[in-house]
Amino acid sequence: MSETTTHIPEEKARIGAPSIPGFTEEGEDLSPINDNTSSPLGGSAAKAHSHGGGVGVPDSSRAGRLTSYNVDDFAKLTGREEDWRFTPLKRIKGLHTDELTGAAPKVELTGSDVVTLSEVPADDVLNGIAHTPDDRVSANGWKYATTSQVVTIPKNAEGEKATLRITGESLEAAAQHIIVVAEENSEATVVLDHVGSAVLAQNVEFDVRPNARLTVVSLQAWEDDSVHASSQQALVAAGASFKHVAVTFGGDLVRVNPSARFTGERAEVELYGLYFADAGQHLEHRLFVDHAVANCKSNVLYKGALQGKDAHTVWVGDVLIQKAAVGTDSYEANRNLVLTDGARADSVPNLEIETGLIDGAGHASTTGRFDDEHLFYLMARGIDEKTARRLVVRGFLNEIVQQIGDEALQERLTDTIESELAATDN
Amino acid sequence: MSTLEIKDLHVSIDTEQGEKEILKGVTLTINTNETHAIMGPNGSGKSTLASTIAGHPRYNVTSGSITLDGEDVLEMSVDERAKAGLFLAMQYPVEVPGVTMTNFLRTAKTAIDGEAPKLRTWTKDVKEAMSKLKIDADFAQRNVNEGFSGGEKKRVEILQLELFKPKFAVLDETDSGLDVDALKIVSEGVNRAQDENNMGTLLITHYTRILRYIKPDFVHVFVDGKVAEQGGPELADRLEEEGYDRYTSVSA
Repeated sequence: MSETTTHIPEEKARIGAPSIPGFTEEGEDLSPINDNTSSPLGGSAAKAHSHGGGVGVPDSSRAGRLTSYNVDDFAKLTGREEDWRFTPLKRIKGLHTDELTGAAPKVELTGSDVVTLSEVPADDVLNGIAHTPDDRVSANGWKYATTSQVVTIPKNAEGEKATLRITGESLEAAAQHIIVVAEENSEATVVLDHVGSAVLAQNVEFDVRPNARLTVVSLQAWEDDSVHASSQQALVAAGASFKHVAVTFGGDLVRVNPSARFTGERAEVELYGLYFADAGQHLEHRLFVDHAVANCKSNVLYKGALQGKDAHTVWVGDVLIQKAAVGTDSYEANRNLVLTDGARADSVPNLEIETGLIDGAGHASTTGRFDDEHLFYLMARGIDEKTARRLVVRGFLNEIVQQIGDEALQERLTDTIESELAATDN
Repeated sequence: MSTLEIKDLHVSIDTEQGEKEILKGVTLTINTNETHAIMGPNGSGKSTLASTIAGHPRYNVTSGSITLDGEDVLEMSVDERAKAGLFLAMQYPVEVPGVTMTNFLRTAKTAIDGEAPKLRTWTKDVKEAMSKLKIDADFAQRNVNEGFSGGEKKRVEILQLELFKPKFAVLDETDSGLDVDALKIVSEGVNRAQDENNMGTLLITHYTRILRYIKPDFVHVFVDGKVAEQGGPELADRLEEEGYDRYTSVSA
C-alpha cells in the first residue's frame, strides 16, 4: 500500500480541496495493483491470476483473489476466510477436504434438437475456457471431475430452449464439470435443473461468444439432505449478452457462486436470483461481475424469502469496475424478506470502482420483515391471513420469476413458492 | 339503517409491568349517517378504542361488548370485521413490501365484496377516486405505502375508504400530520363517502381543526379511558377555546 500513501498528498494538492484518503477525482484508489498497466488485471493480481497461484492482495481488491486449477495452492479452510466466513464448514460434508470420488449426478438434455450434449475427457481443450477455480472447493471439484459435460449451442441458433436435468442419486461426495458453449450469434435458454440427492462440488463454465445471447437458469431443487457448492463462471465476449438466474429452494447447504467477466465491449450481463430458505437451511450466493473492458453493462438483482428457525441466507455481491472499464453502467441489489422469527439474512454488496469515467454504478441492500403489523393491515382490509402472506411473498418474488421467460418453468416456481408457503401455514 | 353499539367496554394491554387497563367502561352508539367525533388529550384511550374495534391483537377486551346490528364483533377475526362493514383508517399505515397498490386494492375489494369487481368499471373507479384525492396515477404501480409521505399515506387510507364502501369508518387521527390543503382533500373524501354510502363515522382527533371540514353530529370527550362529557357540535367549539385542561385538572 506504500504507493497509495505516497501519492495521496499530490492528489489533494491537485484538486485543491480536502479529500477522503484513498479517493481521487476518478474514484476510489483501492490498491496500486492496476497502475500503469494495460493488462486487465495488472500488478500482483495478474500474478495471482496465473494458474500457478500467487500472492495477490485478497483483502484489498476482489481482483486479487487467488485463482488456480491446483487445489493444493489453496490453504486448508478454517472458516475464517473472507469468502467462507458465513458458510458452516461442518455441514459441507468434506467437499473441501475429501477425495470426491462418488458418482456424479446423471445428466440428461431435453427440449432441443439443435443444442447438443457431449462428454469430453478432463484434458480436453475446452476445459478452463471460461473458468479458473477461485476457492478450494471449486479447485477440489476440478481435480476430481474425470470428464466434462459439454452443452453446445451452435452458431446462429435462434430461440432454442434446452433443459439439462442433473439428477443426484448418491450422498457420496462427488465432483462435476459442465461447460456451456454459446457460439457466435446464437440465442438460447439453458436450464440447469438440479434434483435428487447429492453432495457435489460443481464447476460450470459458460463461454458466451461474440454476439451470442445466452440465458441460464440454474435451479437448485435438491432434496433436503443435499450439499451443493457450485462455481459458475462466464466469459462474455463483445456484443454478447448473458443472463443468469439462480433459483435456490432445496438442499441442506447450497452455495452458488456465479461470476461474469467481460472480454469484449458492448456486452451485457444480468445476474438474477431467487431463494427461499426454510428452517435449518443454509443458502448462499456469492457473485462477481468483473468489468475488465470498456462500455459494458451489468445489472444484478437477488431476492430472497426466509422462514423458520435457523433459516440462513447469505448474499455477497462483488462488482469490480477496472481502470480500463470506462463507460461502464452497473447496478447491484439484494432484497430479503424475513417471514418469521429465528431466520437470518446476511447481505453484503461490494462495489469497487477504479475509474470515474463511467455511466453509472450503484448498489443497494434491504432486509425487511413481514410482521404482525403488516398482517393486521392487510386483514383489516378483509384479506384473510393465508392470502395476505401469499400476496406479500408472491409479489416480492415475482419480479425475479418474471425474468425466467419460460412459462412452464415459471409455473413450476410459482407452485414451489406456494408449497413453501403452505409449510409456513402449518 | 345499521347500528354499531359499544357497551361498557374495558380494554387492557400487556406491558412489561403487567396488564394495564386503558379503556375503563366506554359506551357509545353510532348509527349509519351519523358522525361522532371522539376528542381528548393524548393517552386518554382514543386510539385504543379504534384499534379494538378493528381487532388489533395487542388489545385485550376484558369485559363489555361491541355489536354491529346485534352481531358480536368481538367474536369476529380481523378480516371478518372488515367484511362485515367496518373500516379503520390507520394513524400509522404500514408499508407492505412486494404488493402493488393495484393488486392490493383489487384483492381487498374482492375479499370484502365476496366477488371480484368488474375489471372495466373497477379500473375506472380507482382512477377517478385517486384523481379526486390528488393521488398521482403512478402510485397504483408502487408497493402499498412504500416510500409514501405521511400525507400520502393518509390520502391512500381515504382512497380505500371510498372504494371499499364500509358501513362504519373509524378515522384514527387521520388529520395528524396533514397540512391545510391535504386536510381539505382528505375531509372532502370522507364527506363523499358519507353522502354516497350513508356511512357512519367515528372521527378520532386531538384537534378541532378537522371539524371545520367534517361536521360532527355528536362530540364525546375521552379522559382517562372513559367518556367524560358528550354533546353536540357546540362542545367542540368550547374545547377549541378552553382546551382539555378542565378535564385533566378534575381527574388529577
